[in-house]
Amino acid sequence: MIAKRIIPCLDVKNGRVVKGVNFQGLADVNDPVELAAYYSSCGADELVFYDITASAEGRALFTDVLTRVAATVFIPLTVGGGINTVEDFDRVLKCGADKVSVNSGAIRDPGLIAAAARRYGDQCVVLSVDAKRVDGRYHVFARGGREDTGLDAVDWVRRGVADGAGEIVLNSIDTDGVKQGFDLEMLAAVCDAVDVPVIASGGAGCVRDFVTLFKTLPKVDAGLAASIFHFGEVPIPELKRALDAEGIPVRLI
Amino acid sequence: MVAIVDYGVGNLFSLRSSFAAIGRQAQVTGDAETLAKADRLVLPGVGAFGDAAAALRQSGLDKAVLAHAEAGKPLLGICLGMQLLLEKSFEYGEHKGLGLIPGAVRPIRDVIPAGLKVPHIGWNALELTGAGRACGLFKNTREGERVYFVHSYWADSPEAFVLARAEYGAPLTAAVGRDNVLGVQFHPEKSGSVGLAILRAFCETEAAR
Repeated sequence: MIAKRIIPCLDVKNGRVVKGVNFQGLADVNDPVELAAYYSSCGADELVFYDITASAEGRALFTDVLTRVAATVFIPLTVGGGINTVEDFDRVLKCGADKVSVNSGAIRDPGLIAAAARRYGDQCVVLSVDAKRVDGRYHVFARGGREDTGLDAVDWVRRGVADGAGEIVLNSIDTDGVKQGFDLEMLAAVCDAVDVPVIASGGAGCVRDFVTLFKTLPKVDAGLAASIFHFGEVPIPELKRALDAEGIPVRLI
Repeated sequence: MVAIVDYGVGNLFSLRSSFAAIGRQAQVTGDAETLAKADRLVLPGVGAFGDAAAALRQSGLDKAVLAHAEAGKPLLGICLGMQLLLEKSFEYGEHKGLGLIPGAVRPIRDVIPAGLKVPHIGWNALELTGAGRACGLFKNTREGERVYFVHSYWADSPEAFVLARAEYGAPLTAAVGRDNVLGVQFHPEKSGSVGLAILRAFCETEAAR
């Protein structure tokens, strides 16, 4: 049976990984290529690179980084950040990305998911959603969680999947950074609404949180996190062993 | 020389890089003469079967692939490239394949339980068949090692040509082979060290006599 995936997310600005990384033994902890190779060797099942650059120069640096990562790391690579047009898909796919994650771009242009899925296939299009509780509902937030779109998150993912999104990343703003576990309630609502893989994001603080995630919600396919991996709070080999011991299928290397 | 058949379908960057990572320079080319000189051919492919089969024929490179196989030289189809080796596919209609391996490509949806998602996407465990264990392609592979799949259709081929399977509510074909003609449904270029070991084994397979 298919393995549950563990996915570290790296934020890249001007060609460098930001949001501090704290690893011993790495010569340059801000070098995306070195970090990607490190994660791949630890057993990460996939990597997400999030481009948080605003400038054109930064964008060029990002694609250069991506090309170098894809030339040395042979696991699936997902790219997000600044994806607003089908041309943006083209730009990152040419550099070796396997999947492209859209967020605000899909909110601004409701035709983006369908157009990209037609051209590159559903498996290539990931809809990433930042959601937060507002008046008893889950609202979709845009622009890095700063702007309440008023869209209902469950409706939004349903529509995204109908348009051709092959995977959903659900990031709960409510649990993000709190490190008290994933937002199981919000994830359950989204898992029930769609039949494509759902990746949980936001809230993991320890190994146990991943065990709870996969045990409670068998329909969740993957757990994504950033700082807890970067700072070694949750070492991936240890996490994989713990999941395996709990009978959760994982890829052990 | 390893040549990767470039018929305008998909991005071959990772594939070429993965050969470089195992110390093999793979040439990405759509030139029939260059392909004819290759010792080993890799047939990649993404997207829909019908489009890819049409692109391969329009480029005229189907003949190069068939001639290579006919000459007994090692050929490896990857993902849709593997499916193209079969006789036909039922992806959006019925389309003719290269017919190098008996069998047909069918929707996964028809053979798996309703609750499972399609595409079959992610890391799944390889179960080698007797033929698979005997095949040089898997000489570096251990039973149960995981490789990366992304597909919505599967190769329904007679037992004798199935080298490996992956369990996903049904035993889906993961690799096929007939003498020098080999195919893998998964992406060795995205399957970490396990995938690279399979590519290395391919580079060491022998031509059929």
